[in-house]
Amino acid sequence: MSTLGASSPEQSAQPVQATLMSPRRGGAPRRRTRFSPARAGVYGFLLIAALFFLLPLYVMLVTSVKPMAEIRLGNLLAWPTQVTLRPWVDAWQAACTGLDCNGIRVGFWNSVRIVVPSTVLSIAVGAVNGYALSFWRPRGAGLLFGVLLLGAFIPYQVMIYPMVRVLASVHLFSSLPGIVAIHAIFGMPVMTLLFRNYYAGIPVELFKAARIDGGGFWRIFLQLMLPMSLPIIVVATIMQVTNIWNDYLLGLVFAGTQNLPMTVQLNNIINTTTGERLYNVNMAATILTSLVPLAVYFVSGRWFVRGIAQGAVKG
Amino acid sequence: MGTLKPALPELTARTRPAAAAAAKAGRGRPRRARWHLAAWVALLPMLLTVVFAYLGTMLWTARVSLSNSRTFPSSDFAGLTQYVRLFHNDRWLVSLQHIVLYGACFIVACLVIGMLLAIFIDQRVAGEGVLRTVFLYPYAMSFVATGLVWQWILNPELGAQALLHRIGFTHARIDWIVDQDSVVYTIVIATVWQASGLVMALLLAGLRGIDDELWKAARLDGIPRWRVYVSIVIPMLGPSISTAFVLLFVMVVKLYDAVVAMTQGGPGTASEVPAKFIMDYLFGRANIGLASAASVVMLMTVLAILAPFFYARSRNAVRKDV
Repeated sequence: MSTLGASSPEQSAQPVQATLMSPRRGGAPRRRTRFSPARAGVYGFLLIAALFFLLPLYVMLVTSVKPMAEIRLGNLLAWPTQVTLRPWVDAWQAACTGLDCNGIRVGFWNSVRIVVPSTVLSIAVGAVNGYALSFWRPRGAGLLFGVLLLGAFIPYQVMIYPMVRVLASVHLFSSLPGIVAIHAIFGMPVMTLLFRNYYAGIPVELFKAARIDGGGFWRIFLQLMLPMSLPIIVVATIMQVTNIWNDYLLGLVFAGTQNLPMTVQLNNIINTTTGERLYNVNMAATILTSLVPLAVYFVSGRWFVRGIAQGAVKG
Repeated sequence: MGTLKPALPELTARTRPAAAAAAKAGRGRPRRARWHLAAWVALLPMLLTVVFAYLGTMLWTARVSLSNSRTFPSSDFAGLTQYVRLFHNDRWLVSLQHIVLYGACFIVACLVIGMLLAIFIDQRVAGEGVLRTVFLYPYAMSFVATGLVWQWILNPELGAQALLHRIGFTHARIDWIVDQDSVVYTIVIATVWQASGLVMALLLAGLRGIDDELWKAARLDGIPRWRVYVSIVIPMLGPSISTAFVLLFVMVVKLYDAVVAMTQGGPGTASEVPAKFIMDYLFGRANIGLASAASVVMLMTVLAILAPFFYARSRNAVRKDV
């Protein structure tokens, strides 16, 4: 690729120095750069981009602690002169969905009730599938897995209506078990892929040794593989909690009015309420709804990114 | 290959070729067969999901799209009537125009912004961890929350427009969200804000996988850094870019939550999209036949666009194996 002979002596001296001074892997330029216009440009761009990305968060926070009188002045970015937590309290326990004024906490607890069993179930199914596909490889399972992965790309709209009818016929439509089953079904492709790829990295000799020692399907899974799966279980939990918490469409259709998740209730509070729009309460409710996935994101950091990278390698 | 302990005495008792054949086939022995049974029992939920939830529903929807179903699915056969009706439906045609415009803007903007962020972060900047966190956090938020925040920022009475008017730009117009011609772009802005961090994360991982030797070689040759990016690095990122494209494309097809939260398809029908069209006709307007036809069209489009990608990828995989 490079033509060494063509380079001048000064240039050839640089890489040596660069390798010595590179403390970490990756990254394009190797040498420590002093201040230069290009460098300033890099930081300028990143700073402006960071401000753009942070702007909505700032606007949400500032709006949520202003009284309505201050919001009506139309100064979106201004720091509040009078900080009030009243909108947060109202959003949590008094915001109205139609005639029902119990606040967004109703949706919060519904979402908790949906997310916990859905996450556990989808991870359990994904782990067993991945384990069976990686180590047991029953005849025809590879093809089945291929079709399952394709299923990840089918638009929900194709499947929703028949699913409603199937669930209605077994009396699970508009119920908590119904929406949990739906999340397990729609989460299955990615979860299975995640665990299959993880188990593919475990030496098959380990599995064979366990078989020689007389371990059966479930015993090897529960006593050998599951304890080794902790890292991928963490990644899967992060993914599923975030995805299911943020789901709107499935919750809207399948959960039923008694179990509407927080995202659906948030949208109802903001978009279908008549009368004066309380922007501060709305923004407080929006932050409250985003709090769980944001907390997961800020706490988990690199694990979150890992989930994206591994879930993204579809196909 | 680990032979099974209980099978060993049996093996020695047989003649060699027969034993080899039995071992090769790996079947016919009760123990092994039972194990496979256990594996299949474990895969039963997957089998049921694939057969009923994925393939079954697809066939059902395809069948209903060929009938005259309205509120309830009927079993008559109406040929392609629903498809003809669909492509004479103004709202559907408008939805298609919007999604093409939206999809093109969204994917290009996400890829360009994500790529720029990744490249700039890759310049060994200080505070890299903080920057990555900042660029990716919107991705943790739901489309509903994203839509609602941007709805508020773009609010013509009290949002960004009011702010500009206040500080003296009295003729500035940021009323895009209530403007028929530009409302689609507001959805682009909101969702690009949400998703471009994802592209950054994927491409940054790709950039970190590039060999240092490449940079050394380029420096030796005195090639400007931007040139290395344009001519060498970006083409090398092909697989990461195609992964990002597939993810973004799926988001485009699924676009529903953000529209519902931000504009409810309005003003008028200026931000209607196919996913919303289908949902409205399934549940609001009780026209299942038409909605099914629309979802079959949607499915075909997805397959037509993604198939070449997967084909190319599987070919590459095969080539690497050889």
